[in-house]
Amino acid sequence: MLRYTLKRLLSLLISLAIASLVIFAVIEVAPGDPASFMLGMNAQEDTLAALRAELGLDQSKFQRYLTWVTGMMQGDFGTSYQYRTPVAGMIADRLWVSLPLALYALLLSTAIAFPAGIYAAARRGKPGDMGVMGATQLGVAIPNFWFAMMLVLIFAINLRWFSAGGFTGWDKGVFAALKSLTLPAIALALPQAAILARVMRSALLDVLGEDFMRTARAKGLSRGQALRRHGLRNAMIPVLTILGLQFSFLLAGGIIIEQVFYLPGLGRLIFQSISARDLIVVESVTMLLVFAVIMVNFAVDLAYAAVDPRLRART
Amino acid sequence: MRRNLMIGGALSALMVLAALVSFVWTPFAHTAMDIPAKLQPPNGTHWLGTDHFGRDILSMIMVGARTSIAVAFVAVGIGVGLGVPLGLWAAARQGGWVDEIIMRGNDLIFAFPSLVIAILITAIFGAGAVNAIIAIGIFNIPVFARVTRGGALPLWAREFILAARVAGKGAARISVEHILPNLANLLIVQATIQFSLGILAEAALSYVGLGAQPPTPSWGRMLADAQTLVSIAPHMALVPGFAIILTVLGLNLLGDGLRDALDPRLREART
Amino acid sequence: MSLLQIRNLTLSINGTAILHDVSVDIAPGEVVAITGESGSGKSMTALATMQLLPDGAETTGQIVLSGQDVTQLGEAAMCGLRGNAVGMVFQEPMTALNPVQTIGAQVAETVRLHRPDLDPMARAAEVLTRVGLPPGKIPLSRYPHELSGGQRQRVVIAIAIACGPKLLIADEPTTALDVTTQAQILDLLKQLASEDGMGLMMITHDLAVVAQMADRIAVMQHGHVVEAGDTPVLLADPQHPYTKALFAASNHRVILPETHQDAPLLRVQNVVRDYALPRTTLFKAPGTMRAVNDVSFDIPKGARIGLVGESGCGKSTLTRAILGLEPVQSGTITLGGEPVFSAGRPNLAVRRRMQVVFQDPYGSFNPRHRVARLITEPFHLLESKPSATERADRVAEALIAVGLSPADAQKYPHQFSGGQRQRIAIARALIIRPELIVFDEAVSALDVSVRAQILDLIAALCGQYNLTYLFISHDLSVVRTITDHVLVMKSGEIVEQGPTEDVFTTARHPYTQTLIAAAPTLPERMHHA
Repeated sequence: MLRYTLKRLLSLLISLAIASLVIFAVIEVAPGDPASFMLGMNAQEDTLAALRAELGLDQSKFQRYLTWVTGMMQGDFGTSYQYRTPVAGMIADRLWVSLPLALYALLLSTAIAFPAGIYAAARRGKPGDMGVMGATQLGVAIPNFWFAMMLVLIFAINLRWFSAGGFTGWDKGVFAALKSLTLPAIALALPQAAILARVMRSALLDVLGEDFMRTARAKGLSRGQALRRHGLRNAMIPVLTILGLQFSFLLAGGIIIEQVFYLPGLGRLIFQSISARDLIVVESVTMLLVFAVIMVNFAVDLAYAAVDPRLRART
Repeated sequence: MRRNLMIGGALSALMVLAALVSFVWTPFAHTAMDIPAKLQPPNGTHWLGTDHFGRDILSMIMVGARTSIAVAFVAVGIGVGLGVPLGLWAAARQGGWVDEIIMRGNDLIFAFPSLVIAILITAIFGAGAVNAIIAIGIFNIPVFARVTRGGALPLWAREFILAARVAGKGAARISVEHILPNLANLLIVQATIQFSLGILAEAALSYVGLGAQPPTPSWGRMLADAQTLVSIAPHMALVPGFAIILTVLGLNLLGDGLRDALDPRLREART
Repeated sequence: MSLLQIRNLTLSINGTAILHDVSVDIAPGEVVAITGESGSGKSMTALATMQLLPDGAETTGQIVLSGQDVTQLGEAAMCGLRGNAVGMVFQEPMTALNPVQTIGAQVAETVRLHRPDLDPMARAAEVLTRVGLPPGKIPLSRYPHELSGGQRQRVVIAIAIACGPKLLIADEPTTALDVTTQAQILDLLKQLASEDGMGLMMITHDLAVVAQMADRIAVMQHGHVVEAGDTPVLLADPQHPYTKALFAASNHRVILPETHQDAPLLRVQNVVRDYALPRTTLFKAPGTMRAVNDVSFDIPKGARIGLVGESGCGKSTLTRAILGLEPVQSGTITLGGEPVFSAGRPNLAVRRRMQVVFQDPYGSFNPRHRVARLITEPFHLLESKPSATERADRVAEALIAVGLSPADAQKYPHQFSGGQRQRIAIARALIIRPELIVFDEAVSALDVSVRAQILDLIAALCGQYNLTYLFISHDLSVVRTITDHVLVMKSGEIVEQGPTEDVFTTARHPYTQTLIAAAPTLPERMHHA
């Protein structure tokens, strides 16, 4: 198990290193000089040079990469070109919106998808299954930002149960904050829940065909008991994979959804920074998102091993 | 389930037809503004209503279908064109360093939140349909590579592959002659799924203003325009939304239907 | 009174009739074998007794277990019987256990379900000890993947007998196991049945297994019980023509034509083949496993050589090396003096003098190609490709040689039965007139009657084409009849070789002796039946 963990850890570090290189390279080839962008068209050459020196833009590419990476390791994400404030602080503020939103949506999507998938698998081919499958077909096809607009139209504009957008902030109380994240979370979660429910169902149906399920039935377990005691844990392996991918979808999907609801999250930060050519912020936020996704995949790898003893044994 | 195939095929065909017809005919010119006739709900003249500039929404939807389909189609082409050969190569060298590099590269691309990178690419290299295609297409490559490799590995263990090797055929020849034809079904189904995901991704990118640029209409930007007007002109949001949903639903049903129809096990069970 | 009475059981699945009027009785302590070829309905009879039939199954008739008709019992009552009054053992031990649960937990679960009065873990330890897996040697905390196939089958048996059932159903319990393991598992089942006074229903296709351990035999064909009776009586004097044919096919002997043996065609000299093991540490080179260790033998032209051994003995690895599919670490393999593998790639000049027939009649053809294209694949090896008409002539000739018709060339493989596909595989091997054919478990997946036909075909082709072949099999009775020289392989080494009849009658190596003793055989007098 230790060996397995170390191996996954090593591949995590390699992934992070390559990812940081790719992001750095993409930003490097971006047209436009941040210094001239900040100072406007008419800036003097020596002012520009001074600003470039201040921002560290006069250093070699390799040196800038090293400074960026070692800085991030110490929690220093550099200084925003636009606001002249530490990027770390800007990200931290926004993270308090985006991360809870993603987790909230993940929770919702799991809470809907697991029972729906299990129910459909248990009622395979019967009307209940067809109903759930039909609903998931529709769920997969709905763009989440359109769904968000419809939620706003119905629950904010017509019914006035929720506000149409904005975030109250955590200092107004957890309940109020969660309430302002509820519609965005639902908009994010439902399409994902549809995918997850389909995966859950097909994973369970695959397991139902396995020989050991017949052994379980021959022991005297009922269909339902066999499914719960022997089916679920074996079906979790493909489900975990999708769950890991979903987190990445939810983080990215959140960027769009934040636009619909005017939420001050990482998504809005990225858009604002792109339009202001504040590339150091774009670079750092992207790296952070990639870091989060890679960490989640690492956690999923460890979860595999917890579920499947065969993985623990293999290296 | 012939039903999936019929409904999915019909919906997909309808969208393709709308896109093709738009080249020769639309009810109105899709760019023609008519401010006095703005924000009309669906009626006899404007079957699907008008937008805030009085443009005919049906015409915009038809031309927008062109954009969506073209972007998604080329993006799938990129995925198939690069992903399938990579997957075949990785499977043929299973466990070797080629396989390892290809699969690690795949994992790495998967680790990037796709939409974030698409936003990054289009933001840095400029918004527009071509960059949207590239941004979406890149993320199709590992999908097809993985599906191809996953489908090819069990085939490589089959005895008919061993027989081909005994007949002196090399890995490349076996991949093309024996592996690829047996993966065709799998790839067709995956292509329809990626097509539908491409439509969704294009809509999302143009919704945030990074897809096709005006005056080219796109469903995503129509939704962005509708957002502030959703309470007074809900049809502006409903119509493009339904266009996206029906297209994606149609493609997904088509994919399911094809999988059932092409699966030889199911086919033999039926006859 | 009988323990189990199956009376006039008729079964159909989604309207397709599977069983017709099947009647079988089992008394306490009695071993009853139900035998027949694939599709005879023997497994369905077992599943009907467990009431574990697939969806869409409809039955009429009675299955009375200890006075209760199980066809009339509800699902809840059946759950109370399964694992308790009746236990079942399945064919595939590798997949019959839940991979993510310990073996102790899986045995204990049955106990917990039916015997709340017992301590589940203590009982599990007790039962596992009884089936030969004492916790001192194999802890309860082991997972299935840490056990061998035979050990896993013991766990499955432990699950089945944990609550002391009155009836044990074993569906092909040893088909997936090696012959020595098979003998041990059969002994265990027999012993458990007699010690506990359990009725044992043995479902098997292997008549030799049946002859050894059953008190009574029921022979099934196409869903009917065509004949049933006490084992000695039935074996000595079968009445039904199908039973007679089945016995004859099981003991089938072919007559190999005389052959003149020349100089060595294939020479295997001091061959060593290592496999890299999965890396265990990140920084050290991975370890290796020696699959073939210093193997040497010659195959003279015209010889029919057998290679026997149990799974994992290295015979598949050796086969792949001979076919030039993989390089060897040391030693040489030459055909007519030329190496089969040279300069890092298979030697095509040698390859065209050698062909192979594989085991699986379903997996050995690309399902998307027609027969003509399938069997002409080896033409790829020829330097000058034959013309279209010559091609068609040779396809027709090869198909006729294996007992098929030239018209079959336009069909797809799924249009043929398993036996016919094996004929196509032989046609593919013959079409370029190779000097050596490797038969890799070529008849192992076939029913006995089909197997007999394919063996006859091979013998006939020997006369026609003066074949030289290497026949690889785990089945001793087949090797005995189809070869005139045999190699016995164990743990990567050839432990014994010699003329087939000599090895079988006076084996010198202890392993060969064990192997021959373990192989179930039909009584010899059956040969004349």
